[in-house]
Amino acid sequence: MTRTTRALPLTVFIALLALLGFGIWWGKYHLPREVPSPLINKPAPAFNLPRLDVPGKDLTKADMLGQPYLVNVFASWCFACGEEHPVLMDYASRLGVPLIGYDYKDKPADAKAWLARHGSPYHMVVSDQSGLTAINFGVYGAPETYLIDAKGFIRYKHIGPLTPKVIRDVLEPKIAKLKREGQS
Amino acid sequence: MTRRLPARLAALAATLLVTLVIGMASACAQEAPAATIDPLPFKNHAQEVRFQKLTRQMRCLVCQDESLAASNAELAQQMRHIVFEQMQKGWTNQQIKDYFVARYSDYVLYKPPVKPSTWLLWFGPLVVLLLGAGAIVITVRRRRHGPPPTVPAADDDEW
Repeated sequence: MTRTTRALPLTVFIALLALLGFGIWWGKYHLPREVPSPLINKPAPAFNLPRLDVPGKDLTKADMLGQPYLVNVFASWCFACGEEHPVLMDYASRLGVPLIGYDYKDKPADAKAWLARHGSPYHMVVSDQSGLTAINFGVYGAPETYLIDAKGFIRYKHIGPLTPKVIRDVLEPKIAKLKREGQS
Repeated sequence: MTRRLPARLAALAATLLVTLVIGMASACAQEAPAATIDPLPFKNHAQEVRFQKLTRQMRCLVCQDESLAASNAELAQQMRHIVFEQMQKGWTNQQIKDYFVARYSDYVLYKPPVKPSTWLLWFGPLVVLLLGAGAIVITVRRRRHGPPPTVPAADDDEW
């Protein structure tokens, strides 16, 4: 048995250790709770939802074509949405695209009261009381945020509360890119 | 005494192993009788069986360790209703699965489909097994063809 054969167990051990390290590193950036959306770069599902802020009016996907916009799924019962809310209040006017509030599985009265109490960062608010349209978007919790381009394609989805870091590092560059696309 | 001790240890190990296997089997079995939480108007028993089987193959997205069949989450209940309605419309199991995969990715399936991105997952264990078998074959051959270990006790290199 030569020296190489003797070094083999150590090599294998180091390789396993490297695999473990890779697993830990991978797990840091790939949360199992975050279900990857198959709808990225695909057309957003058609929707027709009642406006919460303007009684008697609906908002459809066709209404929004021609400009990029953000859809933020929230609910008055959602604790993390309360955490996200001040961030949205802070950034909404500076994002350069309309921010649409998507009230998810919520009583309209509860949502209205919630927005009255905390203030509304949204340009428009739609209500999906049953949550059935949300299934077409692949929503499985709140908050979730979708970036939709001028052609109605979903370009990005963020799961969980938006943070200043996510907005600065991810969302704003993506919005800037969509705006550049629109000009050319 | 010296002969009895290993025998006793072996018996103990065997008992532990059997207990473990029975425990695991019963833990798995408990998954099965988790019938529909909400009663649905099935056309017949066969349809209900099909529904149970199908919803057990899909994952609840809210509580990801639970199947669609077993989960109490509101979204899971809603998805079960959708599955039920699609079955009434005559959709095949594949069509129903595709519907959810299109919205929630392969994640919604407990059994991931075989495709290039999952080859490692499906065939990785087999590759590792073959590598191990190969290593054993090479080691055994080398020992057979190499010089016989004349004084094994004095050879520090052997392990």
